[in-house]
Amino acid sequence: MSRPTPDVVLCPGGPMLLRGEHLVMDDDGVEHPTTRPISAVCRCGKSATKPWCDGTHKVIPERLRP
Amino acid sequence: MHLPKPRGAFSEQLFAALLSGDPTTAARLPGPEAAEDAALALWCLYELSYRGFEEVDDRLEWAPELVAVRRGLEDDLEDRLRSRWSGRPAYDGDFATAFFAAVERHEGPSLARFVQRSATADQVMELLQARSLYHLKESDPVAFSVPRLPVAARAALMELQYDEYGGGRPERLHAHLFAEGLAALGLDATEGAYLDQTPLAVLEQNNAMSLFGLHRRLRGASLGHLAAFEATSSGPCRRMARGLERLALAPEMRAYYEEHVEADAVHEQLAVRLICQPLIEAEPETEDDVWFGAFSCLDLEDRVAHHYLDRWGESA
Repeated sequence: MSRPTPDVVLCPGGPMLLRGEHLVMDDDGVEHPTTRPISAVCRCGKSATKPWCDGTHKVIPERLRP
Repeated sequence: MHLPKPRGAFSEQLFAALLSGDPTTAARLPGPEAAEDAALALWCLYELSYRGFEEVDDRLEWAPELVAVRRGLEDDLEDRLRSRWSGRPAYDGDFATAFFAAVERHEGPSLARFVQRSATADQVMELLQARSLYHLKESDPVAFSVPRLPVAARAALMELQYDEYGGGRPERLHAHLFAEGLAALGLDATEGAYLDQTPLAVLEQNNAMSLFGLHRRLRGASLGHLAAFEATSSGPCRRMARGLERLALAPEMRAYYEEHVEADAVHEQLAVRLICQPLIEAEPETEDDVWFGAFSCLDLEDRVAHHYLDRWGESA
């Protein structure tokens, strides 16, 4: 347990988990501050609440998932 | 909170024992008459470990006679839940992928889809009243599991719970957001306000979470339940929010569900990858119960959905 825990976790087929406070810039250059201890950043591009994940990756075809 | 109306001789005599303050009378209770009688009694015995009842002595939480009654009811509940489960699926590869795939494969009726498309405002209110039993205690049952976990799973569960409990800000605590939604809808946000009209399926759904949370032995089931709950939350919460919008119901309740679309997209990853997976790695003997808890979560929600869809004349 002495190894530090990663602050960024790429979830296979799903979002990127981001631990801590960050400013995330979306595709349009708009900055969004994180609001929770861990945030999930959309990687499939289909979320309705971008830049955050809303679970939509689960309903798109597997080959289109990150 | 006040004691509800009994639903049979068993709950009637149990409540009398609670009110008398003399738990020895609980040692001579008759057997429960019906499933509802037993489920309501167990719900109330569990309540002694949450907020309690105004008219019941708080010391009764650990009265040996009541613990014995609770134990009997819990054994029946656990046997029933286990008898519904067909065992854990065989899988190759990692747990997280297998878990998400199993949850995706599960097909059950969806109350959220019904709310999104066609429920009336009265039906939504009825559903929210029943949901209030748990949502006003949101995340509380699994909080009992925290001290029973190995290091990595414990740290990750606390990270999830910190978010559930508002990250230090009471106004963001999820149970409180739900209470605000109820109040905005003109409903009673007092805990247990709708206990009398809560159906068996919902009582059992609540009791299962308390059973898993309160027993260290069942920590795997507690976390498996959590993971399945979170993994089936974002989509349904979006549908609930859309249904509330369609019916032009209180924006405060819609905000509760919208918060869960985003929060639970994080929590499902945490629960599966950073809580259950490390738990299984550290304590492989808990894996069966992780799957059992997950199955119970999905199965109990199916039963709740069937209850309401049947009642409202909708085919599942």
